[in-house]
Amino acid sequence: MNSRPSLRFKPQSTNVLRNWLSISTIALLTALAGCAASNNQSQTASSPAASASPAASSPAASASPVQVEPTGLLAQVLSRSKIICGTSGKVPGFSFVNTQGEYSGFDVDICRAVAVAVFNDPSKVEFRQLSAAQRFTSSQTGSIDIISQTATVTISRESTVGVAFGPVILYDGQGLMVKKNSGITKIEQLAGKSVCVQTGSTTILNLTDQFRKRGIAYKPVSFDDNNATFAAYQQGRCEAVTADRSGLVSNRSKLPNPDEHTILDIVLSKEPLAPGVKQGDPQWANVLNWVVYVLIQADEFGITSKNVDQIAQSTKDPDIRRFLGLEGDLGKGLALKNDYALQVIKQIGNYSEVYDRNLGKDSPLKLERGPNKLWTDGGLLYSPPFR
Amino acid sequence: MSLDLAPITDSPPVSTSLTPWNWARKRLFNTWYNIILTIAALLAIGLGLKGFLVWATTQAQWAVVSNNLKLFVAGRFPDPLLWRLWIILGVIIGLSGLTWGKLQAKERLWTRDRLLIAAGIAVAIGLIPISFASRLISGGLLLLLLVAFWLGRLLPSRFNRWLAVAWALSFPLVFWLLRGGFGLQEVQTTDWSGLLLTLLGAVIGIAFAFPLGVLLALGRQSTLPIVRLFSTLFIEVMRGLPLIGVLFIGLVMLPLLLPPEWGQPDQLLRGLVGLILFSAAYIAEVVRGGLQSVPRGQLEAARALGLNPLLVIGLILLPQALRTVIPALVGEFVSLFKETTLLSVFGLIELLGISASILANPDYVGRYVEVYLFAGGLYWIFCYVMSIASQRLENSLGVDQR
Repeated sequence: MNSRPSLRFKPQSTNVLRNWLSISTIALLTALAGCAASNNQSQTASSPAASASPAASSPAASASPVQVEPTGLLAQVLSRSKIICGTSGKVPGFSFVNTQGEYSGFDVDICRAVAVAVFNDPSKVEFRQLSAAQRFTSSQTGSIDIISQTATVTISRESTVGVAFGPVILYDGQGLMVKKNSGITKIEQLAGKSVCVQTGSTTILNLTDQFRKRGIAYKPVSFDDNNATFAAYQQGRCEAVTADRSGLVSNRSKLPNPDEHTILDIVLSKEPLAPGVKQGDPQWANVLNWVVYVLIQADEFGITSKNVDQIAQSTKDPDIRRFLGLEGDLGKGLALKNDYALQVIKQIGNYSEVYDRNLGKDSPLKLERGPNKLWTDGGLLYSPPFR
Repeated sequence: MSLDLAPITDSPPVSTSLTPWNWARKRLFNTWYNIILTIAALLAIGLGLKGFLVWATTQAQWAVVSNNLKLFVAGRFPDPLLWRLWIILGVIIGLSGLTWGKLQAKERLWTRDRLLIAAGIAVAIGLIPISFASRLISGGLLLLLLVAFWLGRLLPSRFNRWLAVAWALSFPLVFWLLRGGFGLQEVQTTDWSGLLLTLLGAVIGIAFAFPLGVLLALGRQSTLPIVRLFSTLFIEVMRGLPLIGVLFIGLVMLPLLLPPEWGQPDQLLRGLVGLILFSAAYIAEVVRGGLQSVPRGQLEAARALGLNPLLVIGLILLPQALRTVIPALVGEFVSLFKETTLLSVFGLIELLGISASILANPDYVGRYVEVYLFAGGLYWIFCYVMSIASQRLENSLGVDQR
């Protein structure tokens, strides 16, 4: 989890950017006032106005008999015939370049799923590797269509930075790892002990907050590099190490004797990770939202990439028939094909399949599902109904 | 063991070639503190080397390097189009061989060094884990280099100009093969990655930063106030900023400041322009140092001969100025080559960036020492080749003799 913690939002600097942006936007709008009516670009630039009147362009959620015409970003994506997806490219299990030179991972599969929904072709995605500093500005300026970069949903990112987050795809949280033989099971037992932590992110702030809340003194040993942090922990320079739980698990697998280390049952902070789009384009946001929900809902229905064709042929359940686009016009309401859900499941799989092959039991990381189980299994994953 | 401790006589100086044992005695074990230092140093080196060798042969898992060799070198360049990279390599190797042959036409054909290098490359081609076809092509390219070198020695000097033209033409050809279009399948610039992008960035950076730097240096010495002011301002502002700041402005700020309907300039282009402008400022100062070292009499003599200012600069000033600053210039080129790594901070996947992406593959998680050693080795090879080439150039131009 090297890059994720350092990607957190820095309010002041982004406010400056934001001001620049709005100044240039205002200047631009004034300049374009004359010809704005016919100009598609200016419509996407005037995001606050567009989001204030959702009724204007948002397709009705209820099944509408008419095919909704693609506008805004979706129309641009269709005419470009590929999606540009911003991703880190450097986070184990989430996005990386595999031996064949292909992008692979959990974040990557989300973008591929959207590509299947729009083009019925998972290869029509161009991935752009983005740094912490770039990822939100890239979506603001329109150089990427989707940002799928293990971004934590926060209020300031939606209110000031201008990201419209999709559904949460992974509920992560900051955790603590200790050596098993240390006998530490509670955060209080770390009083006076040292904790290795990576700087440049909210990880260290969360850690400080949690210890202050409990009134415990501790010694933070900070590093600016993920590998250095865990190397120091391994060499015994600190009793515990903190990072996001998914990061703890993947880093534990690198240690010489992974079984000697245990991740405490403590969550220091909430880290709900979600893909996002630029604010002010409800149609495109809907596409992202309802592609992610397809993955979750398919899991709930028990539809997998292997049995989807068979279920589509045999099922009489009206819910499933609507979901797969065999009846009704749910897909058309999103300005997509009616069977987009069927294609997404067939070519990408449902949530469990995506999770297992990238992070879970079929991957080298072997990350427990934890809260990322369906609500029916006691987890947090819940898709609104498809109707 | 007989030692030559002959008494001092009037005989001619003793031959300086010592046996290794005598050399060691004279240089390493001559006083008691040198003996201690030598033993301590040997121990440290030996232990370090032993530790490294034990690690490299038993603990290290080099599969991460051998399985991803193509990724390191060519990055995400599409597999079916790799032949285009081979052609580029062939063109560059052919031209380099010819140029090399021309430069060393007066020396012996086969020196021990050359044979050793050729044999070393041949062994490397045999050992590195690549497909048989790649091995065959690599061998062919080595042969091409040797043949071109041999041919270059035979070419009469009137071909010098043609060689320069061929180098100039190779730029658009290489770019066409990389980018595609005009009948070839297009390749996105985002797919240019790995060592390919590092070398491309360095070559483009040097090719543009050097002339720009020379112009800025001349501009700073100009008698026209506006030109002088602009050059000085540009150089001082660029030198006052860290490179990462320049890249941040180009890659993060610029898209926010440009009006949306202008579209987004290519990310790679923005990064390279930042790198070029930054390096040009440093090169300008190096060149200015060279310009100041040319005696005033040279200028006055040139003017007295009736040369116009352009000819004075082109024929008198620059040749002398540049020759004296070759070591410093090559230093700038080497650091520009290494500074391309900063592009990886902004998502351009050069050698360091692709290394990080490979390390994120869960199959190779934690193999960072192997990966970074390999990447570091590649950087070292190219930097070393550059400094060797600069030394050869200095020798052939007689920098320290005139």
